Amino acid sequence: MSLRNIGIVYRKELTEALRDRRTVVASVVIPLFLFPLLSVGFGTLIASIVSKTEESSPKVMVAGGQDSPGLLAALKATPKIEVVPATPNWKDLVLEKEIPIVVEIPSGFDKSITDQKKLEVFIYKYSGELKSETAANKLNDSLRAYRENVVKSRVVAQKLPVEVLDPFQITQKNIAPPEKSGAALFFGGFIAYIVVFLCFNGGMHPAIDLTAGEKERGTMETILSSPVSRSHLVIGKFLLVLTTALATAALSVISMGISFALVHALQAKTIQAGKEGIEMHIGLGAALSVFIMAIPLAVLFSSVMLMVASFAKTYKEAQTYLVPLIFIVIIPAIAAMAPIDLNARLALVPILNVSLLCKELVIGLYHWKYIAIIFTSTCAYAAVALFLAVKMFQRESVLFRS
Amino acid sequence: MIEAKGLSKRFQDKKRGEIRAVDHVSFVAKPGQIYGLLGANGAGKTTTLRMLATILEPSDGTAVVYGHDVIDDPEKVRASVGFLSTATALYPRLTAQELVEYFGRLNGMDEAALKQRVDYIFERLDMNEFRDRRCDKLSTGMKQKTSIARTLVHDPPVMIFDEPTLGLDIMTARSIIHFIRECRDRGKTVIFSTHVMSEVEKLCDVIGIIQSGKLLTEGTLAELRNRYGEQDLEEIFVKVVSPLYVDAEAR
Repeated sequence: MSLRNIGIVYRKELTEALRDRRTVVASVVIPLFLFPLLSVGFGTLIASIVSKTEESSPKVMVAGGQDSPGLLAALKATPKIEVVPATPNWKDLVLEKEIPIVVEIPSGFDKSITDQKKLEVFIYKYSGELKSETAANKLNDSLRAYRENVVKSRVVAQKLPVEVLDPFQITQKNIAPPEKSGAALFFGGFIAYIVVFLCFNGGMHPAIDLTAGEKERGTMETILSSPVSRSHLVIGKFLLVLTTALATAALSVISMGISFALVHALQAKTIQAGKEGIEMHIGLGAALSVFIMAIPLAVLFSSVMLMVASFAKTYKEAQTYLVPLIFIVIIPAIAAMAPIDLNARLALVPILNVSLLCKELVIGLYHWKYIAIIFTSTCAYAAVALFLAVKMFQRESVLFRS
Repeated sequence: MIEAKGLSKRFQDKKRGEIRAVDHVSFVAKPGQIYGLLGANGAGKTTTLRMLATILEPSDGTAVVYGHDVIDDPEKVRASVGFLSTATALYPRLTAQELVEYFGRLNGMDEAALKQRVDYIFERLDMNEFRDRRCDKLSTGMKQKTSIARTLVHDPPVMIFDEPTLGLDIMTARSIIHFIRECRDRGKTVIFSTHVMSEVEKLCDVIGIIQSGKLLTEGTLAELRNRYGEQDLEEIFVKVVSPLYVDAEAR
């Protein structure tokens, strides 16, 4: 009888949830479309802005240098910049972002080079401005090459071998596979954050609708007059909230996998063109592990939300309690994006532990000891929360709060 | 049969301290009779009926409903009771049929019996036309019929109605009154609360007048007329509750 009743309540709540636009939007539509939009849309937008800036030929204002045709010619020969003569108000032009950079050549530059005197060339830029920084880098490279040529010719003039300038070379080599390093580390944190956020968000509407919403609509008294016991009723409701939270998490992981694969395919062209792409892809095993770790977390979230929402009298009141809770939930998830490593103590901090673990799982790192601690502790927190939610639901003062 | 024995309910109120919503109420409602609880708003009618339906737990005393104690066996009590009030709303996203079936299942009915019963009720209450319509798309009258079907699906021997006609139009209210009478004629124990004198005069076999949580007097209409020397129920009611009203005002 007991399990049967839980099943009956669950099935009825599921039927209602699937007919509820808000539930469907929060747990199906948002996770399915958020990632393609975020990763593919936003990603390609950023990439195209960056590459456009790099492809374009920014104007470079040259102040001075009339007596140094050698350097001027070298600057003019630099690919993808357009050299224009400076106007007196060049500083304002940079500040107003009319001109990305200005280079100031001291007078008698060419002569000083011949006389082997030290000089300073100034590049004036707008720090942090993408166009200005890109132009400054190009110009910097160009000037550096010019300087190296000067040095080389001096060495040759001294009848020394060119190698004298370059006794040894330094090369950094990445031995971690590309999918487990660099951007992938950051992406692991990002995935954890999104899963935590959507898991919570997906369960929120049903949690409110099934408790405070029922009180508001007057169906609470109807259902309480039926033979189903209050604990079975709340467990049936809990299972529905858990289902939506998990469905949201699962759909988001799936849609993330697909989006990343798409981005990967799009980037394959640029990578072939000899440019570096960001490695973002999530394997089936990693996705599955992340999902499994999300289960106890979803139990915890669902119980807490049910407990809080059943206290409220109206949908709006429940929202006022639960919406700020989102921040409490995502702060540890955001913190996990920082370069922190898991340890035994952090493995006990709810949400942060799962987020940090997800980061490792995504790059295929399995620390079984931590996985065990995190899974057990999260299950324990979840059990306590579920117990409290059931107790809360059985209190008359909560169900008939006036 | 319903037997209330010293039924009491106390609430804690932040401002007013302890409130005795129901104070040692005892009465007996017999099968084939309609017991009417008459009282003003806030007299304790709803709390009394909610305790009988085991929606609230008594602070003191108990009640036996169809042989089951409300404290020891609340689930069995609920399975023997059909509870209807204007506060018992319907699930908006279920169809009329799904809603009735849901409550049938929660009452432990198996699918074959349930189907038969649902078909019978929908036929009898003339509900087939809106069987598959969602409850949020039903008219007030249709909603009321669906609520009635909900309380009847498990064919309970005891019916509890808490101000069932409150806020309803005349035609819908009449159909409810008709339904309550039919329940009695089928031998069910019926208890219902109201503050409308005419309903009590028309329907009730036994009348209990409740004020400030106390059951002040009880009897058939004829007995009450005799006891208080008044013909009009309203006059009787005023005579009964006035002393307490004066008390309450003085406080």
